[in-house]
Amino acid sequence: MARAVTNRHKTIATIAAWIVALLIFFPILYTIITSFKSEQEAIQGFNLIPSGTFESYSEVQAQSGYFKFFLNSVILSVGSTILALLVAIPAAWSMAFSPTKRTKDILMWMLSTKMMPAVAVLFPIYLIFRNLGLLDSRIGLMVMLMLINLPIVVWMLYTYFREIPGEILEAARMDGASLWNEIVYVLTPMAVPGIASTMLLNIILAWNEAFWTIRLTTTDAAPLTAFISSFSSPQGLFWAKLSAASTLAIAPILIMGWFSQKQLVRGLTFGAVK
Amino acid sequence: MKLRTLILGLCSTSALAFAAHAESITIATVNNGDMVRMQKLTDDFTKANPDIQLNWVTLEENVLRERVTTDIATKGGQYDVMTIGTYEVPIWAKQSWLLPLDKLGDDYDAKDIIPAIAGGLSVDGKLYAAPFYGESSFVMYRKDLMEKAGLKMPDAPTWDFIKQAADKMTDRANGVNGVCLRGKAGWGENMAFLTAMSNSFGARWFDENWKPQFDQPEWKKTLQFYVDLMKADGPEGASSNGFNENLALFQQGKCGMWIDATVAASFVSDPKNSTVADKVGYALAPDNGLGKRGNWLWAWSLAIPAGTKKADAAEKFVSWATSKHYAELVASKEGWANVPPGTRSSLYANPEYQKAAPFAKMTLDSINAADPTHPTVKPVPYVGVQFVAIPEFQGLGTTVGQLFSAALAGQSSVDDALKQAQDAATAAMTEGGYIK
Repeated sequence: MARAVTNRHKTIATIAAWIVALLIFFPILYTIITSFKSEQEAIQGFNLIPSGTFESYSEVQAQSGYFKFFLNSVILSVGSTILALLVAIPAAWSMAFSPTKRTKDILMWMLSTKMMPAVAVLFPIYLIFRNLGLLDSRIGLMVMLMLINLPIVVWMLYTYFREIPGEILEAARMDGASLWNEIVYVLTPMAVPGIASTMLLNIILAWNEAFWTIRLTTTDAAPLTAFISSFSSPQGLFWAKLSAASTLAIAPILIMGWFSQKQLVRGLTFGAVK
Repeated sequence: MKLRTLILGLCSTSALAFAAHAESITIATVNNGDMVRMQKLTDDFTKANPDIQLNWVTLEENVLRERVTTDIATKGGQYDVMTIGTYEVPIWAKQSWLLPLDKLGDDYDAKDIIPAIAGGLSVDGKLYAAPFYGESSFVMYRKDLMEKAGLKMPDAPTWDFIKQAADKMTDRANGVNGVCLRGKAGWGENMAFLTAMSNSFGARWFDENWKPQFDQPEWKKTLQFYVDLMKADGPEGASSNGFNENLALFQQGKCGMWIDATVAASFVSDPKNSTVADKVGYALAPDNGLGKRGNWLWAWSLAIPAGTKKADAAEKFVSWATSKHYAELVASKEGWANVPPGTRSSLYANPEYQKAAPFAKMTLDSINAADPTHPTVKPVPYVGVQFVAIPEFQGLGTTVGQLFSAALAGQSSVDDALKQAQDAATAAMTEGGYIK
């Protein structure tokens, strides 16, 4: 009896999970379907079966070279993530293992910067970039993306580090490990799942960032967000082309997420259940 | 071997020297058919000017407006050529943000530019932007439905006729709405339509002393007519319909009439995209017998920001892209119907163009019927047909657009919307120092 109930619960839970997953994934699925339609099909109401044309893809590729934007997206998201980790690991270490009275306040303050609307600082940032000659440069944008995502990276790492018993680090210190050795050889290997999932999440966030990447670039450093935006038109319905551009832009990150989902979920739920 | 290495070395050094000499200019533009076509045809320009390299930045209209404004106001210098509209040109030229275009070349023939368009892009008689394509608005209607209703669309209809035709064409059972008009809030969306419409009702945004005029009977007549017409014959949820939404409705055969940009003619008459391509007729925007029609005037134009360091190369490009030669180039590669419309009188005198574009005459007549310096019946202190060319207008226009969109949705009455619009406009004008 108990087994029957458990089985029934399991089935219901599975169905519910599928429904939620489909609901979340549906807009992406419909974008992919629309990208294989002709423009006329695309505006003719809801239809899940496309004619299977590749017309939009060839037009999108002919109109603007995809690979230049793709390469910039990879460099910016991976580069900003490495920079963020270099800054965040020591920061999270100090907050987790030698906290002060103000640590909680600092953490809250860091998070509060995420609550500010980006457009409020558009002009100051733009002027700083202009004066430093960083407009349309990958380095400038990498630093910008790193700064935007830093609060989340520090918070996530801080949560993972708190799960690691301080005694292990103490033991390492007793054995004569320097601070550098302690972080590199003891802490980092133990926090690999956490660091990996933080890294993956940060890459996704940097990949999808559209406000600054569109506003601080023109041609040389423009990533895939600028590529999609160039297909958005105020006059004329080019939904199939826009969908093809969107599919091309999200495909790499979608595939990466798919392959690393175990790692991502493990990292995100790390320490959630005790 | 040594000689070969030496020759190769010399070649690469000279190539490097050449590359260093080549000047690259960055052009910011919007994504529309004509602009995309221009990007494909630039080989013609770079062949004639091998020392100039072109970089393109294509953006959505609102993002483009925000980006070029940021860049020009901070003198960021990211762009050498900008695509801007008739709203920005007079404001930016007055701020000395744009360079006057006085070196467009001997064979450019600036006098050939349609006077109404040139007027909107000039300040103190100097041209500050060269029009790439111009547009007005007109009535697009379904000839078959009009015939079924037993009516004949005149070339120059009145608003009363539009109402009568819309009532007869509306067939809710078959999903046909008599008329589709913009309702989505925004200074470039519903307010472009309503401001142009209000001109034909004799209304104006401000009197000669910048006093807002929403408390005048002309605005009441305009808004009441619009709301009543849309309630009786418009599509469901019209208050969220902009250009693209109405385009989709018209192309799917759900609108008897649609009053919008002349550029839409090429979309609705294209059998690849439209299910009613062979059934569309065109007429001038309606009037009320007051001497002004309810059509607007817009030109996407190429301008050179004052902060550029490559003004000569930029002006060469602007001259090429807006020349008669470019029109001929497009015609030879893609046919006359695809030549950017609405900028040069010579195009409309060309019999081949008249044959290829059935809407050509109507487009020119519509453009000529709009006068940005005298947009409405009574005198006004501003320039602009469907907008007021002052910096405050973007914000104010959108606020008023939201109020009028709410009136269309039935969330407020026409009187309330007008009263709130008057208050908002008075506050904005007082804050801007136009009135005390």
